[in-house]
Amino acid sequence: MEWLGLYNYWVVVALMMIGFYIVIAQDNLIKKLVGLNIFQTSVFVFFISLAYLEGGTAPIALEGVTQYSNPLPHVLILTAIVVGVALTAMGLALVVRVQEAYGTIEEDEIHQQDDLH
Amino acid sequence: MTEHLPALQVAIGLTAAPVVMMLGRSGRLAWALTTLTCWATFAVALALFFEVSDGSVITYQMGGWAPPWGIEYVIDAANAWVLVIIGMISAVVMPFARRSVEREISASRIAMFYCAFLLANAGLIGITVTADAFNIFVFFEISALASYALIAMGRDRRALISSFQYLIMGTVGTTFLLIGIGFLYIMTGTLNLGDLAARLPEVADTRTIRAAFGFIAVGISLKLALFPLHLWLPNAYTYAPSMVTVFLSATATKVAIYVLLRFVYSVFGFQFSFVDLSMGWVLMPLALLGILVPSLVAVFQTNVKRLLAYSSVAQVGYMILGISFASTLGLMASVMHLFNHAITKAALFMAIGCLVYRLGGISLTHLAGAGQRMPWTMAAFVTAGLSLIGVPLTAGFVTKWHLIQAALEGGYWPIALLLLGTSLLAALYIWKVVEVAYFQTPDDEHAQVKEAPLSMLIPTWVLAGSTVVFGIYGNFTVNSARAAATALMGGAP
Repeated sequence: MEWLGLYNYWVVVALMMIGFYIVIAQDNLIKKLVGLNIFQTSVFVFFISLAYLEGGTAPIALEGVTQYSNPLPHVLILTAIVVGVALTAMGLALVVRVQEAYGTIEEDEIHQQDDLH
Repeated sequence: MTEHLPALQVAIGLTAAPVVMMLGRSGRLAWALTTLTCWATFAVALALFFEVSDGSVITYQMGGWAPPWGIEYVIDAANAWVLVIIGMISAVVMPFARRSVEREISASRIAMFYCAFLLANAGLIGITVTADAFNIFVFFEISALASYALIAMGRDRRALISSFQYLIMGTVGTTFLLIGIGFLYIMTGTLNLGDLAARLPEVADTRTIRAAFGFIAVGISLKLALFPLHLWLPNAYTYAPSMVTVFLSATATKVAIYVLLRFVYSVFGFQFSFVDLSMGWVLMPLALLGILVPSLVAVFQTNVKRLLAYSSVAQVGYMILGISFASTLGLMASVMHLFNHAITKAALFMAIGCLVYRLGGISLTHLAGAGQRMPWTMAAFVTAGLSLIGVPLTAGFVTKWHLIQAALEGGYWPIALLLLGTSLLAALYIWKVVEVAYFQTPDDEHAQVKEAPLSMLIPTWVLAGSTVVFGIYGNFTVNSARAAATALMGGAP
C-alpha cells in the first residue's frame, strides 16, 4: 500500500486535473480564472509536500531537534502565491473591462459579437 | 562599478518603472525617462557583450550570497547575445514610440503604459541573465503580467479578450515550467542551473527527471508559441498597440527560445535531450508543420498585422527546426535567426505602426495606394519584407543559408527543398501587401495621406537598413552565433 502513503501527491494530481479541465471546458471567464487558481494551488501543494520530512519540524534551531522540513520550497511558494494573486487581480481587471466592452463574460457570446479568428 | 553590470541590467529598468509611473501628469517626461532607461540598459548590454566576446564568463552573486544558496547571474556568449537583441530593440523602439503611443493611448494612461513597458523589458532581461531556475519563473511572470497589461491597452475591444487568452495560456505555460522545476528540485536539491547540470547525470535515468523535462519543454513551448501551442499569438499581436507589437514580436518569443536552449543544451545536456529522449524527432515535425501551416494561413489574411503575426509563428518554426537538427550548425542557425528575425520583424511592425498612424487602420483596403502616399514607409516595409522572405543580401538570407546547410549536413535534403518552398509562401504574402500598396489607387478618404513623421520613420529605417547591413556583412552575426552556440553546447552557464 505504498501508493496510499503518497496521498498528498494524489490530491495534487486530482486538483491539477480539475483546475486544468475547468480552464479548458468553461466558457465563463471568471470560472476560467477560478480553474486557473485551482491549477496553480495544486502546484503550491506539490511544492509544500515535497519539502515535508517525516518527523521533521519547522527549521528553527532548537535543542534536541535534528530533523527539519526543507524551508526553501516554502519560500518559493510564498513568491509563487504572490505571483498568483497578481495574476488573478490582472485577470479579474480584464474581465471587468470585457464586461464593460461586450456586456457579457461568456466566451461564446463574445465570439458571436466579434470575430477573433 | 563594472562588476555590478549584470545586476544593473535588471535593476535600472525595475527602479525606473515606479518613477515613470509617478510622472503620471506628463506623458512626455515619462517617455523621456523611459527612453533614457532603455538606452542605459542597451549600453550595459553592449558592455557585457564585448566583455564576454573573448569566450569568458561573468558570474555575479546577488547580495554576495554564494551559489547554490544565493541567486547567481551568469553572462556568457549566449545570453549576452540575447541581451543585445532586447537592448537594441527597446532602444530603437522608444524614439518611435513617442508619436505612436500619443496617438494610440489616451493621455492619462501614457505614464502607466511606459511603466508596464519597462517592467516587461526588465522581466525579459531578468529571464536572460539569471542562472537560477526559480528566478526564471518569477521573471517570466513579471514580463508576462506587464505584457498582458500592455496588450489590453489596444484601442480595439478585441485587445481585451486577446490579452485574456494570452493570460490563460501564458499562465498554464509558466505553471508547467514551475512543476518541472519542482521535479528537478526533488531529485537534485538545487535550483542553480550550473549545479543542476552537474548533478543531473547521476539521476537522469529516472521517470521524475523525464517528467521534469516534459513539463519544462511543454511549458516553455507555450511561451514561445511553438505550433500548435501558438493560439494566443495572432490575436495578441494583432490587437496590441503598434509599439507593443514591435517590442513583443522582436523579444518575447526569442527570450523563451533562449530559455528552451538553456535547459535543453546546458542543463539537461545534449546527450539526455537529443540522444536519450530523441527530442529532435519530436521538434522536427512540429517545426515543419509550424512553418507550413501558419505560412499558408498568413497568405489568406486581410489584416496585415495579423498576416505578420502568423508569419511570426512560422519564423519560430524556423528557429525550432534549427534546434531539431541536433547539430552545432543547426543550433547556430537558430541562434542567428533570433537576431535576424528580431530586426526584420521589428522593422516590419514599425512600418505597420507608421501606416496605422496615418491611415487609421491596417486591413488591405486601408493600404490601397500607400506606396505613392507614404513611399519611405512602404520602402522600409519592402526591404524588411525581402529579409523575411530570405532574399540574398538581407539578414534573412544569412539564416536560411545556414539552415539549409544544416539540413543538408544532417542528410535531410527534402527539408532543404521544403525551406525553399516556404520562402515562396513568404514571398506570396509579402507580395499581397506590396500589390495593394503600389498598384491600387487610394479611395478619396485616404488620397490626402502624408508620409509618416520623421521620429517614426528614422527608427523604422534604422532597423530596415540593418537587415541589409547584416545581410551584406553577415560575419558579425555568424561569429556571435557561433560563440553563443559553443557556449550553449559547452555545458553549464
